[in-house]
Amino acid sequence: MSIIDFLVPPSEACLRSGPHDKIVLSSRVRLARNLRTVPFPSHSKKAERIKAFETLMPEVKSLTLLGQEIFAESMDKLPALDKQVLVERHLISREHAAKNAGSGIVLNREENVCVMVNEEDHLRIQALRPGLQLRQAWTAIDAVDTALQEKVEFAFSERYGFLTACPTNLGTGIRVSAMLHLPGLVLAEQINQIIQAVNKLGLAVRGLYGEGTEALGNVFQVSNQMTLGEPENDIVERINKVLLQIIEHEENARLSQMEKKPAVLLNHIGRAYGVLGNSWSISSKEAMNLISFLRLGVDLGVFGKTPKSLTDELFLRSQPAHLQLAHPLREKLGSDERDLFRAQMLRERASLIPNPDPQALLGRREEGSPE
Amino acid sequence: MVCQFCKLKEASVHVTEIADNKVKKVDACAACAKEKNYNDPAAFAIADHLLGLGAAQKMEEASEAVGALSCNQCGYTQADFKKSGRLGCAHCYDIFSDGLDSVLKTMHKDIRHRGKVPAGMKSALEGAHRLQGLNRDLQVAIGQEDFESAARLRDEIKAFKASE
Repeated sequence: MSIIDFLVPPSEACLRSGPHDKIVLSSRVRLARNLRTVPFPSHSKKAERIKAFETLMPEVKSLTLLGQEIFAESMDKLPALDKQVLVERHLISREHAAKNAGSGIVLNREENVCVMVNEEDHLRIQALRPGLQLRQAWTAIDAVDTALQEKVEFAFSERYGFLTACPTNLGTGIRVSAMLHLPGLVLAEQINQIIQAVNKLGLAVRGLYGEGTEALGNVFQVSNQMTLGEPENDIVERINKVLLQIIEHEENARLSQMEKKPAVLLNHIGRAYGVLGNSWSISSKEAMNLISFLRLGVDLGVFGKTPKSLTDELFLRSQPAHLQLAHPLREKLGSDERDLFRAQMLRERASLIPNPDPQALLGRREEGSPE
Repeated sequence: MVCQFCKLKEASVHVTEIADNKVKKVDACAACAKEKNYNDPAAFAIADHLLGLGAAQKMEEASEAVGALSCNQCGYTQADFKKSGRLGCAHCYDIFSDGLDSVLKTMHKDIRHRGKVPAGMKSALEGAHRLQGLNRDLQVAIGQEDFESAARLRDEIKAFKASE
């Protein structure tokens, strides 16, 4: 079975919901682990990489925690398009998508535990959850890690903890992160202040696809940077606390925009609706920024009962590999063709969304006013 | 390409400087580059990028402290570490630990692991900690001339060692 057949379609994937998912799109916890006796993948010879691969793949695949139905494959068996789809689903890193023989992926049926074999470390095991569920993700991946430790011996030192290829992951090997949709803070021009404050707390803020990527569609990724000298639970709790504060700031920014500048808000949302429903060629960058405002409109009730899963689906389907997959020929599209095809897809789906209702914002303002 | 200073060794440091709108190129061997104070900015920029500003400088200091070390298990050298900001294998952490701590200080909360410990390691670690604690108590008891406690602690340590 190909990974494309294994993954649920975007319409279904976007139905997943969790706490605070108006603002927190997803939570993730990943652990970096290495075999004690084989050099790290970045420095190992091909034979050593394959040895690590052959040691680890069967152990990961046989984990009862992952259930019966899993997808496991060597990276060289996956077509480039399939790898890109996995990146767009945030299941593997862009770095891992570039890997071939000697690297692999194991994914469970629920698509909430994904293991990368021979990425930068021998194992990158990750748990994903919709909405704000960092604790649940940590509990899940902690269990997977413990089960693996019964089967293989990981590189560990009393002094430095779990040993990793890059010293930035040393110790716990943990990276706790959440994907946030923050259009309110962007519109209120408070986002830079928030980013600076979050940075001061030792957390990193990145774009949609992690390190070195742009914050397209007002989506930001917040994660810990320090992994050594602090227990996993403390790191999870610290980020959880910061995220709850960011959520509060985002909610306040939305409320104050609604109260003070409802016309500005409606202008953004209405124009986004207009362009997405009527364009004939659109870049992914423009599409994502507009879909962000559409999602904000849905959150604020401007589009009646339109579910937020619909805007999330538009967002996912606008990504290059998902577009190409949906194309009748599945042929590699040039970027111009992609822009045409993206516009067509968006027009069709935006037609399912009713016209924006300004009263949803203006009405609420009158209710809230003291007079 | 031969070093432009000593004209003997192979040039491994290549620097292009722009000063007063003039381009100046330097090709030097590692020794001459160091002497003339041309270090290779590119190699360190990667470390800075990966590990945060200041890391490269720390790493340079660190690598000077460890000298020309290399890992006897995977062959990783300090130059590899400087260039990639990564280590070669688990054993590298023992080999490069002297210089590593100052690098780790710049990027982490502490330089000692706290958190999850593999189940197999746990009892061994707890044992080591307990022994340390007993020994410490014994020294205190001796210092205070509390020989009754000291005798008890000595027996406990003996029993603990025997049980391992």
